[in-house]
Amino acid sequence: MSWLGPEGWAALVLSLKVSFWATLVSLPFAVAVAWVLARKRFPGHGVLNGLVHLPLILPPVVTGYLLLLGLGPQAPLGAFLQDTFGITFAFRWTGAALAAAIMAFPLTVRAIRIAVEAVDPKLEQAAATLGASRLQVFLTVTLPLIAPGILAGTVLAFAKAMGEFGATITFVSNIPGETQTVPSAIYAFLQVPGGENDAMKLVLVSVCVAMGALALSEVVSRRIARRIGGQDA
Amino acid sequence: MLEVRVKSRLGAFMLDVAFDGPAGVTALFGRSGAGKTTVVNAVAGLLKPDAGRVVVGGRVLCDHEKGIWLPPHQRRVGYVFQEGRLFPHLDVRRNLVFGRKVQGLAADSVAFSNVVDLLGIGPLLDRRPAALSGGEKQRVAIGRALLSSPELLLLDEPLSALDEARKAEILPFLERLRDEAALPILYVSHSVAEVARLATKVVMLDQGRVAAQGGVASVFSDTGAVTAMGIREAGSVLSARVVAHHDDGLTELQGCGGSLFLPAVRAGVGTELRVRILAHDVLLARSRPVDTSALNHLAGEISEIREGDGPGVLVRIKCADAMLLARITRRSARAMGLAVGQPIHAVIKSVAVSQSDVGA
Repeated sequence: MSWLGPEGWAALVLSLKVSFWATLVSLPFAVAVAWVLARKRFPGHGVLNGLVHLPLILPPVVTGYLLLLGLGPQAPLGAFLQDTFGITFAFRWTGAALAAAIMAFPLTVRAIRIAVEAVDPKLEQAAATLGASRLQVFLTVTLPLIAPGILAGTVLAFAKAMGEFGATITFVSNIPGETQTVPSAIYAFLQVPGGENDAMKLVLVSVCVAMGALALSEVVSRRIARRIGGQDA
Repeated sequence: MLEVRVKSRLGAFMLDVAFDGPAGVTALFGRSGAGKTTVVNAVAGLLKPDAGRVVVGGRVLCDHEKGIWLPPHQRRVGYVFQEGRLFPHLDVRRNLVFGRKVQGLAADSVAFSNVVDLLGIGPLLDRRPAALSGGEKQRVAIGRALLSSPELLLLDEPLSALDEARKAEILPFLERLRDEAALPILYVSHSVAEVARLATKVVMLDQGRVAAQGGVASVFSDTGAVTAMGIREAGSVLSARVVAHHDDGLTELQGCGGSLFLPAVRAGVGTELRVRILAHDVLLARSRPVDTSALNHLAGEISEIREGDGPGVLVRIKCADAMLLARITRRSARAMGLAVGQPIHAVIKSVAVSQSDVGA
C-alpha cells in the first residue's frame, strides 16, 4: 500500500483496529443500557439517560479532557488501573478506542433502545408463560427481535468511531503509529505545506470505508428482516 | 382441580372473585370489563393481585397470606392469548417446541405428533406466523401452550378475533381437547354460544364479582344471571340424545321429556348433545297448539316469572328434569294470565336452532 504512504497506511490500520474494538467492547453495555432505559422505570432513570447522552451534547474536546483528568497517569483511577491490571489509556491506542467508544455510545444506545421499544412485551409475557426465565426470554425472544436495531447501532458506532477526532486528540494526542487515527492524520497532513495530496488520499479511503460499512449493513439487515418475516403475528 | 381467589383494585374497579373448577372446562363468562382477563392474568402470574390464592391440582401457585408467589415461568400454565402472540421470528415448528426447549425438556415426538394431528397443523410446520391465517395462528397458539407440558390450560377469548367460519373450525378441536386431554381448562369468553358448548362449569362474572356459578344448564336458566349475559343472548342449555336422522333433513332428539326436531345434526344416534335454545325463540301456549308450523312442543310447568324494566318478562319452565327459558312481552304474560305453577306448552321452531347452538 505504497499509494497511501507508510504514515497514511498506519493511520488507516489503527483506525480500523480502534473502531473495531471500540464497537465490539461497548456493544454488550449498549444493549444492556438500552434495554434498561426502554423497559425499566426507576429513580435515576433520567440521570442515566442524561449521562449516556452527555458525549452527544458536550464539545468532544471537553469529553476528551474529562477522560484525561479521570484516567491520566496522575489521576487516582488511571494509576489504579495501571498498577492493578496493567491497563493504560492515556496516549495509547486503547485510549483512542475508549474515547471512540464513549463518543459512539449514545448513538448505539438510541438505535437499540428504539428496537427494544418496538418489541411487544406481550410476546415476552407469552414466552414466560411457556416456561422461559427472564434471561431466556431475553435471549430467545427479545434479542432476535432487536437484531436489526443492534446492527444499525453497530454500523453507527463503527462509523462514529472511524470519524472521532476531538475527544481522541485531546485524550491520547496524535502520535503516529500509536494514536494517530485517520482523522488525526488528515489533520496532521493539512498542517504541513504540501500535505494536501496525502490528506486527500485518506479522505477517499474514509469515504470508501463508510460506504462499505453501510452496504454491508444493508445486506445483513435485509437478511435479518427476511428471517424475522414480519412482526404482525 | 382448580381453586382461584383473586382480590384486586384497579382504580375504581374492584375485583373480588372466588371459584373452584372441576376437571374439564371451567368457563369464566361475562361481558367485557367484567374482570375476566384480570383473573386469568393473576392465575398465570402476569399480574399480581392485592390478595388471593391460586391452587392447581394441589400445587399452590400463589398464596397472599403465606407469601407464596411463583413467577409465570414456574407456574406450568399454558396460556392461549386472544391474539395468539406467536413468535414472529420462529417458524411454526419452533413456536410449538419453544416451551419444552426453554424448560430443558427432551423433545417428545409422540406428544408433538398427537397435538399436531389433533389441531390439524401438520402442513403449517415450516411456515412463519406472518404467513398464517387467523384461525391457523390460533390453532398453533393452542398447540404451543399444550406442548409446554402445562398443568392448567388458560384460554382467553381464543376465538374472539375470528370470523364465524374460523370459529366453527376450531370449536370441535376444543371439544376434543376437553374430552381427551387430562388437564383442567380455564376458558374465558363473553360468547354464550361458546360457553354453552364447551363448559363443564360456568362462572359468571359481573362487575368484578361472581354473579352465578354452577353447571351450564343451571347457570343459563338462572333468570338472575341474565343481565350479566345480555338479554338478547339469554337462553337455556338442554341436554338431549340423538334418536334418529330423518330423510327430510331433520334430526330427532330425546330430551326435556319429549321429542326435539332440529335441522340435521352431524352426530351419531345415541350421542348426548347440548342444545342451546334462545329465550326469544320460545313461544308459550296455554294448551297444546294444533295447526302450527312449529315442530317442537314441550309440556312443562312455570317455575318462575321475572319482570325487568323493559317490556319483556322472562319465564322459566320446568320440562321434566330440564329448565327452559322463554322471553315474552309483559302484555302477553298478563293477557294469558301466567302464574307460577301453571302447566304450559313451550313451542320452538326447529329452524331457530342453528348448528352453532348444538355441541357435543
